[in-house]
Amino acid sequence: MIISSLAFYLFSFITIFSAVMVISARNPVHSVLFLILAFFNSAGLFVLLGAEFLAMILVVVYVGAVAVLFLFVVMMLDINFVELREGFLQYLPIGALVGIILMAELVLIFGSWVINPKSEAIVATNIVSSTEITNTHALGQLIYTHYIYLFQAAGLLLLVAMIGAIVLTVRKRPNVKRQNISDQVSVRVDDVIEVKDVTSGSGI
Amino acid sequence: MALFDGTTRSILLLEIIRGMWLTLCYLFKKKVTINYPYEKGPLSPRFRGEHVLRRYPNGEERCIACKLCEAVCPAQAITIEAEPREDGSRRTTRYDIDMTKCIYCGFCQESCPVDAIVEGPNFEFATETREELMYNKEKLLENGDRWESEIAAALTADAPYR
Amino acid sequence: MLEIWTDYAWPLIWIIFKILLIVIPLLIAVAYLTYAERKVIGSMQLRMGPNVVGPFGLFQPFADGLKLLVKESIIPTGSNRVVFILAPMLTFTLGLVGWAVIPVADGWVLSDINVGILYLFAVSSLGVYGIIMAGWASNSIYPFLGALRSAAQMVSYEVSIGFVIVTVLLAVGSLNMTDIVMAQQKVWFFIPLFPMFVIFLISGLAETNRAPFDLPEAEAELVSGYNVEYSAMSFALFFLGEYANMILISAMTVILFLGGWLPPFDLAFLNWIPGVIWFSLKVSLILFVFLWVRATLPRYRYDQLMRLGWKVFLPFSLFWVVVTAGAIVAFDWYPK
Repeated sequence: MIISSLAFYLFSFITIFSAVMVISARNPVHSVLFLILAFFNSAGLFVLLGAEFLAMILVVVYVGAVAVLFLFVVMMLDINFVELREGFLQYLPIGALVGIILMAELVLIFGSWVINPKSEAIVATNIVSSTEITNTHALGQLIYTHYIYLFQAAGLLLLVAMIGAIVLTVRKRPNVKRQNISDQVSVRVDDVIEVKDVTSGSGI
Repeated sequence: MALFDGTTRSILLLEIIRGMWLTLCYLFKKKVTINYPYEKGPLSPRFRGEHVLRRYPNGEERCIACKLCEAVCPAQAITIEAEPREDGSRRTTRYDIDMTKCIYCGFCQESCPVDAIVEGPNFEFATETREELMYNKEKLLENGDRWESEIAAALTADAPYR
Repeated sequence: MLEIWTDYAWPLIWIIFKILLIVIPLLIAVAYLTYAERKVIGSMQLRMGPNVVGPFGLFQPFADGLKLLVKESIIPTGSNRVVFILAPMLTFTLGLVGWAVIPVADGWVLSDINVGILYLFAVSSLGVYGIIMAGWASNSIYPFLGALRSAAQMVSYEVSIGFVIVTVLLAVGSLNMTDIVMAQQKVWFFIPLFPMFVIFLISGLAETNRAPFDLPEAEAELVSGYNVEYSAMSFALFFLGEYANMILISAMTVILFLGGWLPPFDLAFLNWIPGVIWFSLKVSLILFVFLWVRATLPRYRYDQLMRLGWKVFLPFSLFWVVVTAGAIVAFDWYPK
């Protein structure tokens, strides 16, 4: 028990520390690297909660793919960040104002939030206790059995969004030569080379 | 049909499999590498390696200081100084070859009327310092004494073709 | 006092012992993989490979290791020191941690977790960070280009690897590595799922930056890619990490498709041979294929590599996931 609580404090400390570093690091690449560290440690927290499937998916999707793209973009950007930070302080009052308003709204909302007393019962009916099956099974049952239509609808939405993005960015350029690999591969010797007997001294 | 043929070829990776089979066959072939410091490849009698200055069988040095080699050397690696000896014969007092300049073209041995300067079969004369590659007359004569039998054999072997 | 000893210290020592039991043979295997690579590729090119240090050159890897160990570590002035030093360590560590869930024989596994295959997938997807950090921290053009290439390549091929894993999982019904092996008692998965096996092998080559997908370190154009600025021990860590990753991917292939530690036929005298020997034999076979491919095939061009990943492997593996799932539903082949 001691070990798991020690691990909890370790993971949460590193998560919070790296989350702070994400916004305070001078170098944007360092920020992204700290973000990755934060993701990674949250995955550790998930493992401690017994949600190992979620933990692994977090690492695979966020750390393995999304953050790589972040890092990609940040690394490629060649911005002089010292220059960017120059007028930073003059925005402080506005930023602080926005922050305070947001904070106040959040406090108001959460202060007056009443949870439906029945909701716990509703959730409990759908969840199988974790001692019987692994949480991968439990997640599968929830997503693919109980909420299959909602899940599919969400997936469809994402698909539409993706196709939209592709349609918006793809442009057909005429007069551009492209390689057709299957054509190149399927070329046979007979198609491209013709051997002719030429008597010496005469042309073809 | 040609389309079908091409498609099956690329889907079944036939070309790649054929290539892989070829390298697999090569895996079991006899190796062509020789175990160099212990085994050595054959050398042609015309091989142009390290220079030597030869002597006649009676011990007299062959070089008569005609300076043809110095004149023909395209890299200007050879330096010769000469004066008559007490017995009146014309001999070199200095015969230097800068081996760092030498391009091993063999013009010196071709031009030599008395077969004195010859490029021997030795190619393993790497040194640790640059200075050691500035050969003088003693070094060249010493080389000649060491490699005489090999050089004589090579010259006789090559003689019919000259 | 005694409780602390029995509850914490003793299990800790036991775990460390088990970790050493995995790591030390692994490092020796990595050392001899470099030796095998030089020998195999040498043979295929009618050369002899290393043969001077020790009998048949067997001590060559240790001589190389010693050389790298005593060389001077150079950290370029323009580099980002911390990240520069961190990157090879990360690569090396990731090459080792994946082995925590690999069952080398029945029950011979450090931690038999429920999501073993996902853990492996996660670890291999982290591998890109070592390279990207190295490329960025070197503050030099060649490493940077190498790192960008590598990142794009690894992310692309991870997608098809993911789908291949999904097909295997459909056939197994569990994410646990031991369950995956035990599900292959009747038939190894490379027979029913042969196309997926081939895709996994090829994607594995791309994932470990091996020829013909070794564009990140394409020596002809990028000198040596992301590790141009590295020398001595930091370079050695990259090297070890890369080869450990190769062995890891081979072990994954063996577990997913070649029946792990199971003997090829369920015969008594084959069952007498311990599982770990079958496992290492199969891993060596896959590793030999890796070396063999390197000796045979020329390097891909970068756009062809991307095309292969996104336009060939991704649709094909996705299609095969659907086919496998459909077949399982249609013929009622649900895994128990």
